Amino acid sequence: MAIKTQPVTVNLGPQHPSTHGVFRMRVMFDGEEIVDVEPVFGYLHRGSEKLAEERTYTQIITLTDRMDYVSSMLNNQAYILAVEKLAGIEPSPRGVWLRMIAAELQRIASHLVATGFLLQDLGALGTPLIYAMRERENILDLFEMLCGARITNSYLRPGGVFMDAPAEFWPALDRELDDIVHTIDELETYLSGNEIVFSRTKGTAVLPPELLINASITGPMLRASGVDWDLRHRAPYDYYDRITFERKLHTASDNYARYWVRIQEARESVNIIRQCIEQIEPGRVRPSFDDVPRLVRPPEGDAYVAIEGSKGELGFYLVSDGSIAPYRMHVRASSLINLTLLRDMLIGGQFGDLFVTFGSVDLNMGEVDR
Amino acid sequence: MTTVWSGSALAEAIEAFAPDSVESSGGSDVWLKPESISTVCEGLKNRSEFRFDMLSSLTAVDYIDHFEVVYHLTSLPMNSSAVLKSRVGLGRSEASIASVVPIWRGADYQEREVWDLMGIRFDGHPNHKRIMLWEGFPGHPLRKDYVTYDQSIASVAPGSAGNPEIGNADGNA
Repeated sequence: MAIKTQPVTVNLGPQHPSTHGVFRMRVMFDGEEIVDVEPVFGYLHRGSEKLAEERTYTQIITLTDRMDYVSSMLNNQAYILAVEKLAGIEPSPRGVWLRMIAAELQRIASHLVATGFLLQDLGALGTPLIYAMRERENILDLFEMLCGARITNSYLRPGGVFMDAPAEFWPALDRELDDIVHTIDELETYLSGNEIVFSRTKGTAVLPPELLINASITGPMLRASGVDWDLRHRAPYDYYDRITFERKLHTASDNYARYWVRIQEARESVNIIRQCIEQIEPGRVRPSFDDVPRLVRPPEGDAYVAIEGSKGELGFYLVSDGSIAPYRMHVRASSLINLTLLRDMLIGGQFGDLFVTFGSVDLNMGEVDR
Repeated sequence: MTTVWSGSALAEAIEAFAPDSVESSGGSDVWLKPESISTVCEGLKNRSEFRFDMLSSLTAVDYIDHFEVVYHLTSLPMNSSAVLKSRVGLGRSEASIASVVPIWRGADYQEREVWDLMGIRFDGHPNHKRIMLWEGFPGHPLRKDYVTYDQSIASVAPGSAGNPEIGNADGNA
């Protein structure tokens, strides 16, 4: 007699520890195999875009911190670049270098968090995550020196940053860059050639590059499929055109490739910061209040600026009606859009790979729901 | 460096393969007639002179007397970008436009978000549901006539219980 099974629908989240926040999925299983997935969003929706409409341009910086809360500096940067384009503000060179250093440090921190939690999802409870978080902690200490805050930085201002780095920041940054390289070496020794990591991540959730492009997926996910698309190189903003760096590509487009690309990008960020330190020049960190007033009042019009965030293309679309608050602000959230192919990645896979695949996307619910 | 299509050049190029689809152009923007959006996007994606294989961003703005759907397109092989806009719901009527999900799958969640928060319907979307808010939520919060909770309680006399009705002034969901 043949034994029959029938599909079971299981609710995962929103309070599941492996959902990287408050993400919920309704998953239909046939035995261990996933037959259908329905993501449910919105548990962290705070209406940031609506809130922005009644705040001044400077006040909104604090809202952007709270979108992707593991890469606040990058959110700040994308938003500030959009304001500068909208209002035609010429930034101060030293401020630009400082915010590039801050943004690259934040990218390393974000990639370390992604890697640590991916390994946690793989079942390596604790150890790799603690290694990654320990290094992120040191980066947050540097942020504390720069602006007094660790997570919700609000460091950037239209035209640059609000405060110059203190003298003790530079030697600390030098030491930290060596430490980061050391930590990445350590992580790679344990993980990049690890048989268990190989067998769990290689060949799972493979996506063809044409599909990724069609679904607007950007960032490390796209580069893990061999597409050379990095906005820092293709559409340089700030002073990225004065920096040379290598884009790390992998062609497998599976969970391992996505892990590998993030680790290598963190290494490249260290090189970028070193070049920034060489080229930084003394001067003002932001224009004087005569040139850029505290209350920015851009002319009527709209502006869209996208930067290479830690998760992909992070864009801000601002519409001004000439007043002190934007008429409309829209965030092109890479975390949300990178989930477009979640069903394609999961269906047909095994239950055990579900959270690994989910972790390899590297999303942040604060940015998904806004 | 990414080249940005100027509005007039792009409008001319679009008119060449899809006559009578452009409303106006200016700066780097092209305003399309809403009924021609599918034809134009299909052409922009597949024709060799454009090759816009990625839809970077899709959003909408409420201009009180009409809504504007904004498309930011990127071409990876040509490293170029373009901005398309389309006015819908003139006179604040029922706003709808054809979905571009059959052309770019990346529009999926973004169109759902616009429907959820701005209330513009996307005809032909495979899963036309709210995304951030729950089904049955009254109104679309990013519309300019949406009355927020704070506004609804500020408009009543002190000491009274406040306005329990939270939603659009005209109550449409």
